[in-house]
Amino acid sequence: MSRNDMNRIATRFELRAKEGRKLLIPYFTAGDPKPENAVPMMHAMVEAGADLIELGVPFSDPMAEGPVIQKAMERALEHHVSLKDVMEMVAEFRQKDTETPVILMGYLNPVEIMGYQEFAQSASKAGVDGILTVDIPPEEASDYVKAMKNEGIDRIFLISPTTTEQRIKAINDASGGFLYYVSLKGVTGAGHLDINAVQDRVSTIRSLTDLPVGVGFGIKDAESAASIANVADAVVVGSAIVKRIEENLDSADNAMKAVCELLTEMRQALDS
Amino acid sequence: MAEAETKYQQPDDKGHFGVYGGLFVAETLMEPLTELRLAYEKYMVDKDFLAELDWELQNYVGRPSPLYLAERWSRELGGAKIYLKREDLNHTGAHKINNTVGQALLAKRMGKTRIIAETGAGQHGVATATVCARLGLECIVYMGQVDIERQAANVYRMKLLGAKVVPVTAGSATLKDALNEAMRDWVTNIDDTFYIIGTVAGPHPYPAMVRDFQTIIGREARDQIQQHEGRLPNALVACVGGGSNAIGLFHPFIDDKDVAIYGVEAAGDGIETGNHAAPLCAGKPGVLHGNRTYLIEDNDGQIIETHSISAGLDYPGVGPEHAWLKDIGRAEYVAISDTEALQAFHDLTKIEGIIPALESSHALGYAAKLAPTMDKDKIIIVNLSGRGDKDIHTVATLEGINV
Repeated sequence: MSRNDMNRIATRFELRAKEGRKLLIPYFTAGDPKPENAVPMMHAMVEAGADLIELGVPFSDPMAEGPVIQKAMERALEHHVSLKDVMEMVAEFRQKDTETPVILMGYLNPVEIMGYQEFAQSASKAGVDGILTVDIPPEEASDYVKAMKNEGIDRIFLISPTTTEQRIKAINDASGGFLYYVSLKGVTGAGHLDINAVQDRVSTIRSLTDLPVGVGFGIKDAESAASIANVADAVVVGSAIVKRIEENLDSADNAMKAVCELLTEMRQALDS
Repeated sequence: MAEAETKYQQPDDKGHFGVYGGLFVAETLMEPLTELRLAYEKYMVDKDFLAELDWELQNYVGRPSPLYLAERWSRELGGAKIYLKREDLNHTGAHKINNTVGQALLAKRMGKTRIIAETGAGQHGVATATVCARLGLECIVYMGQVDIERQAANVYRMKLLGAKVVPVTAGSATLKDALNEAMRDWVTNIDDTFYIIGTVAGPHPYPAMVRDFQTIIGREARDQIQQHEGRLPNALVACVGGGSNAIGLFHPFIDDKDVAIYGVEAAGDGIETGNHAAPLCAGKPGVLHGNRTYLIEDNDGQIIETHSISAGLDYPGVGPEHAWLKDIGRAEYVAISDTEALQAFHDLTKIEGIIPALESSHALGYAAKLAPTMDKDKIIIVNLSGRGDKDIHTVATLEGINV
């Protein structure tokens, strides 16, 4: 199947919109705690109700992460998990799952060192659908956007509580797939979620875009997932999942079980 | 006309020094960085602000710092005359305070009440804590756990000055990780917090702003050498970690094409050993800490731990303007090993009665190589960026002496 035959991200959002359901997007760091855990974890997440998987690319200096994801990246880096390795994991995942969209989330330097074009080509070949690079704002991203677009890789950018309307428009122009609203000022895993403020901001964003809007940062359990789902098209859960992996470092099976329990609860809360 | 066309003017309005610099941060920081840039652009041409800065630099920091002819050392080396720009004589003992005074005054004008900073050796942390004490601002300093253990005296100085020192255990628990942690604090507390970065790195406007606060070094040196010698020097030498003391000396001379410029990185155990902190000499371009610049990194784009005897040079990146000056060939970047720096540390101490910081000893180590290759009527200015009292313990330990 060539890359133009389908866009898994758009397809999934359209399907869920028709069903009146919201997307559940779990995040975990590829290679945490071990490289061989990644692909089974991805399949298990899909089984438990994940709509799209956000796979973290380990980086030595993850400036926007809270302590939970920082440690996950350190665990993965102990096994020298590289950007290339992460794409190989996605390729392996695609042998059994050709429908669930996968996006990579990480920092610019590994992509920069590989080269935007080479990255985009390899990612497309591996079956990656989108990329979220935390530290490249659209102002610096024209070559990056061009390279990703050429290979059909969606560009997911963050919008924060401090982003001006003018910049939301610029971010929308550079984006593909969906927009990702960061629900709070802070790092991943922070704890002060204000649903009313999120609702206001998401409606502003909606007035400026045709893309679906996902919300992440600070979503910990089924209850907060459900309240975010009332205002957004997709709910992104990261640190809460990584925390469960961290609590089960001695057993990959237990880690998978704990993650799936959380996702199942969230899935039920979103669908009810 | 021709002259105006060739005038050096960097960065562009988006903070790019050629292909380097820029603004590579998480979205939440875009707005506070815009706010900072607007304040910086406004106050750097504001007469009241500049007068206040000037007063502080004169009366609190103790500027101008002398330009001192190291006569005995020059004679011993047998070549060019070496002048030392005595930044070691500033309040707190290094050039760092030129910048912290400037940024803290800017923070006050912006109505920010909480100051955060990162520090490696502790010099920038001390300079920040000092200014915060002076201005009555809350001060939080992020410092790697490894550095806290290496630099206990500076940790205590910061605490005496009323700052809170927060240990950082993530990653390699050194300067780069302290910077990551300060960024995380800023992203969480942007409403009331001002982040004082200690060097000419970070996202725009930091590399330009920190440079502008440090160019007082080069502007004074330019006037002083003309008073002493009636002409400009033949060469400038300064050490480069992030590169703020170096750019401060170099920048006012960039259009003087006859003045050679040398930036000296830390070769550590030797470039060939891989244990060094010399991104310009041995690294490659990448993106870290908000800007594109030369980095010490592996083939996967992960940042590698660095090594230098001098904690202040122990950083895997370098200011983007240095990256640009290297690429356009306006400055030459060289590296001096731990051993060579130590030799210069001892020589200056014994011959001139000046104990230099280990950082500055790298610049001195290169000057000691350069001077003998030049005629006696030639002039070198070395930036003596800090005093070495803080390093006594390190040097003594290396020599097996318990102090």
